Amino acid sequence: VKFGVVRFPGSCDEVDALLACRRSGDAELLWHGDRALKGVDAIVIPGGFSYGDYLRVGAIARFSPVMEAVSEFALSGGPVLGICNGFQVLCEAGLLPGALLPNTGLRFLCKQVDLVIENPNTPFTRVCAAGDVLSIPVKHTTGRYYAPEQALDEMEADGQVLLRYAPGQNPNGSLRDIAGVSNRQKNVFGLMPHPEHAVDPLTGSTSGGCIFESIAAHVEQLATV
Amino acid sequence: LRARVLIRPKEGILDPQGQTVERALPALGFDGVSNVHVGRMVELDVDDVSQVGDMCEKLLANPLIEDYEILVVER
Repeated sequence: VKFGVVRFPGSCDEVDALLACRRSGDAELLWHGDRALKGVDAIVIPGGFSYGDYLRVGAIARFSPVMEAVSEFALSGGPVLGICNGFQVLCEAGLLPGALLPNTGLRFLCKQVDLVIENPNTPFTRVCAAGDVLSIPVKHTTGRYYAPEQALDEMEADGQVLLRYAPGQNPNGSLRDIAGVSNRQKNVFGLMPHPEHAVDPLTGSTSGGCIFESIAAHVEQLATV
Repeated sequence: LRARVLIRPKEGILDPQGQTVERALPALGFDGVSNVHVGRMVELDVDDVSQVGDMCEKLLANPLIEDYEILVVER
């Protein structure tokens, strides 16, 4: 499997994402001005402050040349993972439902949280089981997940809520404790916590690795069909 | 023409910034204030003001979470 990690001006977690991907396969960086995706099998939109987060988080990045290619890749069924700012970008681009609003407490948060796997039957969670708990850090100011109630009901019914904050640990006021959602087709996934920061015992937890392992397993399965 | 776009959180969406300002005002002796909301403003000179609505839908606002209002002002 070959991962492509997008680097925007203002990205800051692309190197950690690259290193996390390399534990499960090959990975290389994709520049925001490139339209070519270099034959990658999966794409990661990393965390950071793309284009300075000007106007609204993710609002400008969605118009970059690479995002046109990423949209085409996603619409053709390719797996796309958005982490933190990447999640915000995918929502702004309309590839994921909903939007991220400022944390209820209006403060930047940086803390380890427990997350519960809600739907293990996706390319991003397939090596996990329902109810598995992951310990992964969050670090953001704009992480309050919002979608209209009716849309939330439809997403829940459709299994699009892949990850929830463990009971009592919702750090940002996200509706229904939602930490990560997918599109209806389950090939685009965004989450506010940072699995790429939880892959090495040095930083306290390795439970983020399952997201990258799942993507690798998904791509490898597709290749053998 | 000069257009002024006022963007505010959609009604019903929790606006902690507005709430914080609302709580701060009585502390300064301003009573009788309610429904405070904090948004942002974009000003722009445009040849064709009829395009501004489309700009709002596509970039200046996120219609899922924000309402916008377009005012035309004298340059």
